[in-house]
Amino acid sequence: MYDFEMIRPTTIADAVAALGDEDAQALGGGQTLIPTLKQRLAMPSTLVSLGAISEMRGVCMSDAGEVCVGGATPHAVVAAEATAYPGLAALAGHIGDPAVRNRGTVGGSLANNDPSACYPAAALASGALIITNTREIAADDYFQGMFTTALEEGEIITEVRFPVPEMSHYEKFVQPASRFALVGVMVAKFADGVRVAVTGASEEGVYRWTEAEAALSDDFSAGALADLTVSSDGMISDLHGSGDYRAHLVKVMTGRAVTAAA
Amino acid sequence: MAQVSMTVNGKTVSGEVEGRTLLVEFLRNDLNLTGTHVGCDTSQCGACVVHVNGEAVKACTMFAAEAEGADVGTIEGQANADGSLNVIQQAFQDHHGLQCGFCTPGMVMSTAALLKDNPKPTEAEVRTYLEGNICRCTGYHNIVKAIMAASGQDVSAIAAE
Repeated sequence: MYDFEMIRPTTIADAVAALGDEDAQALGGGQTLIPTLKQRLAMPSTLVSLGAISEMRGVCMSDAGEVCVGGATPHAVVAAEATAYPGLAALAGHIGDPAVRNRGTVGGSLANNDPSACYPAAALASGALIITNTREIAADDYFQGMFTTALEEGEIITEVRFPVPEMSHYEKFVQPASRFALVGVMVAKFADGVRVAVTGASEEGVYRWTEAEAALSDDFSAGALADLTVSSDGMISDLHGSGDYRAHLVKVMTGRAVTAAA
Repeated sequence: MAQVSMTVNGKTVSGEVEGRTLLVEFLRNDLNLTGTHVGCDTSQCGACVVHVNGEAVKACTMFAAEAEGADVGTIEGQANADGSLNVIQQAFQDHHGLQCGFCTPGMVMSTAALLKDNPKPTEAEVRTYLEGNICRCTGYHNIVKAIMAASGQDVSAIAAE
């Protein structure tokens, strides 16, 4: 890994100031960024660790009944404390492995937007609000393709607000070597309709399966998906699974998520 | 270079590190605590698991500077005060929970973290918890058996050694 200067600010304002330097990069839990640095795929001059900013850690409830998660909150804390949103807590509790969950953060996962990561599915299915140091971004506007988001240079995810659905479940077909999702589907049933977010499948990253949303909003049962088909166009195809296989899994995982939703 | 200080196995330590110095490099190269192993160096194998403020983390995927002020525990701090093996280590020996032993420091540290939160795990819970610890010798049966025994549970019905 190339060397860099490490800075550990304790406030969001100090972190934003440090990220103003050219070639500075934010460091969340590092569970993706550190392996990336080891492969010399990134070469920041300064790494701004967000791990010492206490105002960015923790889980709470907003007055509107949303589950609010600080951007630097590790997955293990969300798994333990997001009890008001069991589908979210379960999703967080199955990311990676226990040691990874003690370091990896929700803000880091969403900022990276890996096409096979779990948290993007939670944010998109929940219709979450991504809050940064400068603005609020709706999940529907936030994800803009594989490893691409609405974030500007130096912008930090300080908090994520998850509306709590009536019922939800994240069904993940684990790629056992990486523990990422080969395909993962989050289904969230709200009073005004169902949202379905798919990760691990599309070359464009996480997306909403709108046909399934319409069918499930009329009839929230796995059977409602029976007549739907998923095209393999634009699906990720690699040694772990072909595009056809992933397309098949999208429907299977969606059905299982609906059946398991609570 | 920057100064970093932390508590490791109850002792206050400090040293000069680069920004890129990994926690595992600081432990092994600066403190000569070579019990923490580096297997894959890609956060897959778990041989480098240590405790940071009581939680299991992969020391190859955390910078030393991020452990500033932290309470770090390594395999060297696991034995009893009189130098005898602790309950988990003794169970690994009793149940042949290792062959080459390379993964064992990480296995023991992960086990300690598991049993702190879940003192009587089921066999399935043990296997799930060990998803981030890879052993290429044992096939895991004796490791799981050792962990069940370390938690004080009857292991006579678990697969033969």
